[in-house]
Amino acid sequence: MFYIHCPYCEEHREEEEFHAKGQAHIARPADPESCSDQEWGDYLFFRDNPRGIHHELWVHAVGCRKFFNITRNTVSYAILETYKMGEQPHFTAEHPDGKPAEKVAAEAEAVSRQEGVNV
Amino acid sequence: MSQSLKQPNRLREGGRVDRARTLSFTFNGTRYQGHAGDTLASALLANGVDIVNRSFKYSRPRGIVAAGAEEPNALVQLGSTEAAQVPNVRATQQVLFDGLTAQSTNGWPNVQRDVMSLVGKLGGRFMPPGFYYKTFMAPASMWMTYEKYIRKGAGLGRSPMENDPDSYDHLHQHCDLLVIGAGPAGLSAAQTAARGGARVILCDEQEEMGGSLLDSRELLDHQPAAQWAERVIDELAALDNVTLLARTTANGYHDHHFVTLHERRTEHLGETAPLVDGVRPARSRMHRVRAGQVLLATGAHERPLVYGNNDVPGNLLAGAVSTYIRRYGVVPGNRLVLSTSNDHAYRAALDWDEAGREVVAIVDARQAPDGEWVEQARARGIRIITGSAVLEAKGDKRVSGARVATIDAEAFKVTGQAETLACDTIASSGGYSPVIHLASHTGARPIWNDEILGFVPSLVKGVHAAGSARGIHDLAEGLADGSAAAARALAALDLSAGTLELPQVDARREGATCALYQVPHEKPTLRGPKQFVDLQNDVTAAAIELATREGFESIEHVKRYTAMGFGTDQGKLGNINGMAIAARCLNRTIPEVGTTVFRPNYTPVTFGAIAGRHCRELFDPERYTAMHQWHVEHGAEFEDVGQWKRPWYFPKNVNGKLETLDEAVARECLAVRQGVGVLDASTLGKIDIQGPDAREFLGRVYTNKWAKLAPGRVRYGLMCKDDGMLMDDGTTSCLGENHFLMTTTTGGAAGVMEWLELWHQTEWPELDVTFTSVTDHWATITVTGPEARKLLAEITDIDLDKEQFKFMDWREGKVAEVPARVFRISFTGELAYEINVQANYAMHVWKTLFAHGEKYDLTPYGTETMHVLRAEKGLIIAGQDTDGSVTPEDLGMHWAIGYDKPFPWIGKRALSRPDTRRVDRKQLVGLKPRDPAVVLEEGAQIVLDPDHAIPMPMVGHVTSSYYSAILGHGIALAVVKGGHNRMGETVYLPMVDGQVHEAEIVSNVFYDPKGERQHV
Repeated sequence: MFYIHCPYCEEHREEEEFHAKGQAHIARPADPESCSDQEWGDYLFFRDNPRGIHHELWVHAVGCRKFFNITRNTVSYAILETYKMGEQPHFTAEHPDGKPAEKVAAEAEAVSRQEGVNV
Repeated sequence: MSQSLKQPNRLREGGRVDRARTLSFTFNGTRYQGHAGDTLASALLANGVDIVNRSFKYSRPRGIVAAGAEEPNALVQLGSTEAAQVPNVRATQQVLFDGLTAQSTNGWPNVQRDVMSLVGKLGGRFMPPGFYYKTFMAPASMWMTYEKYIRKGAGLGRSPMENDPDSYDHLHQHCDLLVIGAGPAGLSAAQTAARGGARVILCDEQEEMGGSLLDSRELLDHQPAAQWAERVIDELAALDNVTLLARTTANGYHDHHFVTLHERRTEHLGETAPLVDGVRPARSRMHRVRAGQVLLATGAHERPLVYGNNDVPGNLLAGAVSTYIRRYGVVPGNRLVLSTSNDHAYRAALDWDEAGREVVAIVDARQAPDGEWVEQARARGIRIITGSAVLEAKGDKRVSGARVATIDAEAFKVTGQAETLACDTIASSGGYSPVIHLASHTGARPIWNDEILGFVPSLVKGVHAAGSARGIHDLAEGLADGSAAAARALAALDLSAGTLELPQVDARREGATCALYQVPHEKPTLRGPKQFVDLQNDVTAAAIELATREGFESIEHVKRYTAMGFGTDQGKLGNINGMAIAARCLNRTIPEVGTTVFRPNYTPVTFGAIAGRHCRELFDPERYTAMHQWHVEHGAEFEDVGQWKRPWYFPKNVNGKLETLDEAVARECLAVRQGVGVLDASTLGKIDIQGPDAREFLGRVYTNKWAKLAPGRVRYGLMCKDDGMLMDDGTTSCLGENHFLMTTTTGGAAGVMEWLELWHQTEWPELDVTFTSVTDHWATITVTGPEARKLLAEITDIDLDKEQFKFMDWREGKVAEVPARVFRISFTGELAYEINVQANYAMHVWKTLFAHGEKYDLTPYGTETMHVLRAEKGLIIAGQDTDGSVTPEDLGMHWAIGYDKPFPWIGKRALSRPDTRRVDRKQLVGLKPRDPAVVLEEGAQIVLDPDHAIPMPMVGHVTSSYYSAILGHGIALAVVKGGHNRMGETVYLPMVDGQVHEAEIVSNVFYDPKGERQHV
C-alpha cells in the first residue's frame, strides 16, 4: 500500500484515501471536431505502460478532493515526487535522477507565461 | 479416551520449561501431559509421539522435523468445540496450554491407520507430478466429484462452521525503525537505535525473544547467551521509545515500508480468549506499521539434506534437535546419527551426548573436518565418518537405521560400500538459508552467495538486513552487524545511534561448509527410495528431475508443475534444495536456475485477524434516510443500494397472511396509477453547483442544452464519458442564474461528483464554478398519482395550479410548515411532486403527509414498485439498462443530444466515430412476451431463430423485466441489434430449462405513450 504525499494537504497519507485516475498529462484536444477518428481514438483509448518512470493522475478522494500528479517508478514502486496540476515533473524518463536545475527553472517560467501566472 | 502420563523423552533438568507446572492436553484423542513453556511439538516429542500427520499426496506417516515456523509436517487442527476450530496451526509454534485439543490435519480415518497410504504405497510410482491434473481432469465435469474425495483423503484443514466467539483488532503504528527478529542481530540493532532515542518497534514471532541465543552453546560475556538477551530485553522494555512485540510475526512487507505484524495475544492462554473482568480481550492484533526504515534480522533456516526416506518420523533438522534439548529439555530419541556438511550442526551431537543418550555416529560429507566442535566430539570418543553421508533412512513409522556410505558430492556418486547403522533418529544439516521472505515481498530478487551457499536478500531503499538474514552466521559478527545496520538506518533518517559495548564472544574456530543438497544413492533418483524435497507438498527429487525431463526448465514452471514451495509452506525448508536439484538436472548453476518468488503471508493468518473489527454491522458503513425508522416500523423489506438501505416494498398483512413481493408490488403499482403513492427518494445524489460559469459547465458535461434553462425550471440531462457512452442521468434544476441543483443516480453520486471535479480541475480550471455534495442535507419525498395534487395542496402554501406550476417546474414554499423545494418531475409517468426538505424535518413532513393521506389511501411504495412504474414508461436506469457500451443514440434519446451546442461537450466527438454510427448497434427496445403470464428473465439472451444450430447467433439481451399490473402482462426492456428498425418483429429467448419464450419487439414506452398523465 502506497504512502502518498498530497501536494495540497502537504502531508503523507495512506493510499486508501486516494484514487488512481490513469496516466497524467493527457490533454483533451482543444478542437475535437478537427481530430481524425484515429487521433480521437488515440486520445480515448491508448495509454503508455512504461517499465520505469511513469506520470500518473491521482485524486485525494476522501481528503481534500484535489487532483494532482505522481511520478512513480513502476518497477520499484517508489514515488519520486508528487506535484500539483499545471506543474511539470522534475523526474522524467529522460532524467531519471531529476532534471538539471536551470532547465526546471526555464520550464517553470514557460509554464507561468503560458498560464499567465506570476511566479 | 486413552491416557499417557509419562514423558519418556523429558530430561530431568535443563531447558526453559517450568516442570513445576504440568499441563494436560489431547492429541488425536489421547490425553498427554506437558509443562508450562512447552510448545505442542515439544510436548508431543516429550511423550514420544512419532507420527503427527499423514503426508498430503502419498499419505506417508510424518513426524516433527523442525522447531519453528519452517515445520512442514506438524500441521494440526486446533479446537475442542466447533466454534474454536483453527486449521493449519504448526505444532512447533503453538504454545501448550492446559486443555489444548489438537488433531492431525491429514489422515483418514486416522494417522496410524490410513486408507490413502495404500494408494501412496501401491500408486507411489504412478503418482508423478501433475498426477491429479493428468488423471482426474477428464471429464471436466467430474472434477468436483473427484476433488471432494481427494480433499477428504489429503485433508487440508477445515474452517469452523459456527461463529467465532473471539474478536480481533487492527492497530496503525508508526516508527523510525522496525526491527524484525529479536535474535542476536535484532537485539543489538534495537538496542543501538533505542539508545539513540529513535522510536523503535522490535517484533519476534516466538513466545520468547532471544532467537538462537535461547538454545545456543555459546557464551556472551562468559555467561549463557540467553542471560545477555534477557538483560537487553529488560533494558528495552523500560524505554518509552520502544515497543516490544513478542509472539508477533511479520507476515507481509508491502509498498513503502508498510509491514503487517500479526500479534497473537491470547493463543497461549486458551483456544478462545479468556474473559478479563467479564470482557473478552482481542485474540490478536494486526499491527499495520508504516516504518521510516526497516531492519530484517530474521535469521536463517537450517537446510536439511535430501536422502532416501528422509521423511520417516525420526528424521529431524540438526538445529531442531539442539533446540528441543536445550530449550525444552526434550531429547527426541535414543540413538542419533548426525549427517552434516558443516561444523555448526555438531552441536546437535554434543547436546545429545550431554543429555546422556547415545550418539551412534556423525557422518560428515567433508574429507577432513577440523573445527573446534569437531575436535570436541572427537575428544568425547564419538565416531566420525568422514567423506560420507546418510544415503537412506530405514524404518516405516519410525527410523530404525541409517545406511551410510562414502560419496563424491561433486560427481553425484556413491563411492563406497554402504554400512547400516542402527539408530532411531537421524539429524541432518546441509547449511543455513537466510530467511529472505520479507525482502522478496518487496519484489527485489535475492542474490546467490557462493561463500555461504545460500541466497541473500537484495534490498530496496530503506530496508536493511543484518546477521544470519544476510548470511553472517558467526555470533560475534552477527551482533556487530546488527548494531552497524541500525546505525546506517538511523543515519538515513538523520537520527543518531546510541553507543553500545557489544558482549564478548569466545572465538571459535569453524571449518568451511561443503556444498551438499541431494545425497547421491546407488540407484538413480527415479528408481531409488523417495527423497523428499518439500515435505509439506510431497515433492520428491525424482519429481523435480521428471519435471526438467518433461521440459519445465524455468524454476517458476518447475514450482507450479510439482507444487514445490506452495501453500502455507512457502518453500521454507525445500526451496534451495529443489533449485539445486533442478540445477543438477539441467546442468546449470543454482544462480543460473534462480529462485522462485516468496509471497505474503510468511505464515498462515486467520481470516479473523485479517478482518479485524470489519465484520457484521461494521463490515461496510450503512446509510439510512431520515425516514428509516418509519419504514422499519411499517414492516418494509429493505434492499441495499450502494451503502444505502432503501425500502424495497411494504408487504401488508392480508387476511392473516403477509403479502409476497409480487402481491405487494402489484398493489403498490395500482395505488400510484389510480390513487396516490409516496416514495422515500432521499438517496438520490444531489450536487449543489454555483458560480458564474455553472451554466457553461453544465453544457459541457451534459449532452443536452442548458443555455436557456430559466430559474424555476428543471431539465433531464444525460451525462456521457468522452467515448460517447452513457455514464449517468438525472435532473438539474435552475435555482438562480448562477445556481443549480443536480441530481444523480443513488449509486452514481460519488462517481459523478469526482467526475465533475476531474474536468474542472484538470481541463477547465478557468471556469468559475464550485460543487458541493448535498445528498445528506436534503431528504426527498416523492408524492405521485392522480390524487397527488389534492393531497399536497392540503399541507403546502405553494400554488399548485396546473398553469402556475407546470410539469418540469420547481417552486419554493412551505410544506407541513417547513421550508421546502418542490419539483414537479415524474419517474412514474403520473402527476408527481418531489418534495425536498431539510433532512431533519423530513420525518415530520412524511408523517404529516400520512395524517392527511388516509382519505386518499396514501400508499408507501419501495424501489421495486419504482422500477416497475418507470419501466412501464420506458424510462432507463443507468447501470441497469446501460452497461458502459450504450450511447444516448442507442437509447433512442436523440432529443437529449445537442449536436449544435457551441462547445464540443464530453462525448460528442465519439458519437461520430464509425463504431458509434453502426446501424447494427444494440438499441433499447421494449419486449412484450406473447404469453401474458410470462415475465422474462433479466439477462436472458435474445435470438432470431430458435431452431438455429448451437451456437446460436445472439442479437441482444433483456435488461429489465417485470409484471405490469396495470397492463396485465409482462413487460421488458432489452437491447437488440438494430432494434429501432425491428418494431413488430418476433424474437426468441431460449432458457436454461429448454423452454423458449417468444416476444414481440415494441416501443419501450408501454403505458400512456403520449405522456399525458404527468401533465395533468
